Amino acid sequence: MLKLSAGIFLIFTFTIFAAVPVVAEDTHSTHETHVTDSTTTESFNAGKFIIEHVSDSYDWHVVSFGDTHISIPLPIILYSKNPEWHNDKSLHVFMSSKFHHGHSDYEGFRISHEKATEGKIVEIDAAGHEAGKPFDLSMTKVVAEILISVLIILFVFISVASKATKNVGKAPSGLQNLIEPVVLFIRDQVARPTIGDKKYEKYMPFLLTLFFFILFENFIGLIPFPPFGANVSGNISVTMVLALFTFFITTFSGNKHYWKEIYNPDVPWWLKFPIPLMPIVELTGVITKPFVLMVRLFANMMAGHMIITVFVSLIFIFSSLMGTAAGFGVSPLSIAFSVFIMLLDVLVSFIQAYVFTLLSALYIGMATAEHH
Amino acid sequence: MGLVTPNPGTIFWMLIIFSITLFILRKFAWKPILHALKDREQSISTALISAEEAKREVASLKADNEKIIIEAKQEKNIILKEAREMKDKIVAEAREKAMSESSKGIELAKQQIEAEKIAAINDMKKQMAELSVLIAEKVIRKELSNKAEQEKMVNGLVDEIKLN
Repeated sequence: MLKLSAGIFLIFTFTIFAAVPVVAEDTHSTHETHVTDSTTTESFNAGKFIIEHVSDSYDWHVVSFGDTHISIPLPIILYSKNPEWHNDKSLHVFMSSKFHHGHSDYEGFRISHEKATEGKIVEIDAAGHEAGKPFDLSMTKVVAEILISVLIILFVFISVASKATKNVGKAPSGLQNLIEPVVLFIRDQVARPTIGDKKYEKYMPFLLTLFFFILFENFIGLIPFPPFGANVSGNISVTMVLALFTFFITTFSGNKHYWKEIYNPDVPWWLKFPIPLMPIVELTGVITKPFVLMVRLFANMMAGHMIITVFVSLIFIFSSLMGTAAGFGVSPLSIAFSVFIMLLDVLVSFIQAYVFTLLSALYIGMATAEHH
Repeated sequence: MGLVTPNPGTIFWMLIIFSITLFILRKFAWKPILHALKDREQSISTALISAEEAKREVASLKADNEKIIIEAKQEKNIILKEAREMKDKIVAEAREKAMSESSKGIELAKQQIEAEKIAAINDMKKQMAELSVLIAEKVIRKELSNKAEQEKMVNGLVDEIKLN
């Protein structure tokens, strides 16, 4: 019975999520057009600069001197349904340096310059026109950053764990001292009050991983030089996966009472029949919860990165509008604001990691709560 | 790349990486850390409880000690009192004994003196009798002619002796 209701629920969810990208695509394109329009006349394209800084890319740009771009190439993995356009191969694995920063094509692939698919890899048909996107599993900048941060996370926490097992009966020391209070905070202030003393232990690994993953990604995003600085937690794919984890865990740990409250809540009968108004509202709630988790983290981190970049680009906007002197003049103010936003972002990093974890714990707690 | 469009490639890698991270951390980090935290909490709470117990024990020991000290003091006082009494008794007894001994000695001496006095008197009487016999002899020899004088002298002598 439980599995059946979970199944129905999942199908419902997937239809909703399938619709999301379409809506998102629209807002995205209008947004970008707006930014480009405002600055097209200038030699310094602030909109492009900002968007490039906060978005994912196929190679990891380090620094540019004039026209020389130094960047770390990243692996590109593509699967095409039209092997005849790409030397009769379906699966293509190569380094992003083959594209020469998007200036040249490689094996019938190109980083698109057209509005609708800008920045994505597209296939080129026999006539030399862009013809749709291949199945793209490239290790982009964000993926590389996730790998790096995960290595750091694993190193930190495994060393803390080994210290904790070795230091039995002794006072905690070093890194252990830094991590353990946070772990205790998640346990005693987040998991226990929301999930309850009986069941919280089962969900602790997930909540802790979630919290520290988000926290580390947030911080790493704030360090402005490679191999850090990629906007991981401000990437909607990343927050979507995190939200999906919460969603699946909530769904699969939902008990009878939880599902009853969704499909057959205690409301007057005419709210459920002939139109199942309340069940629809409840189901929508179940889906909006992880959706809001996804958007909140994404938007907060994205906004932080954007504002910092905007303040930095103010210098260049001023210098291109009113000459270099104006650029220099505005730089102290712009740097001061950037530092302020940076510090604010440190705070936001903590808050967002906490909020995401707390809400996940709350949703799990709601799904596992006993009927009172 | 679109900012708000989820990218399937990123989602794919993120799913794999996050799942593996979750798995590894759960096994090699969270379990030992949470376990160590729990152990430490328990050991601290038991240590606190045992410390409380030890405190209570020390307090009771202290009370016991005080009681013992008070008892010891009382006992000491009793012993001292007894010793003093005994001393007084012994002294008194000794005095009494000495007294009785000395009075006995005096008595004995008195008796001896009396006996010796009696013996001396008897001796004296005997000597006196002998003396008187001697005197009588002398008188008799001297006063044979003078009978009156003889008697007078004897009487006078006897009288003198009786005075003793």
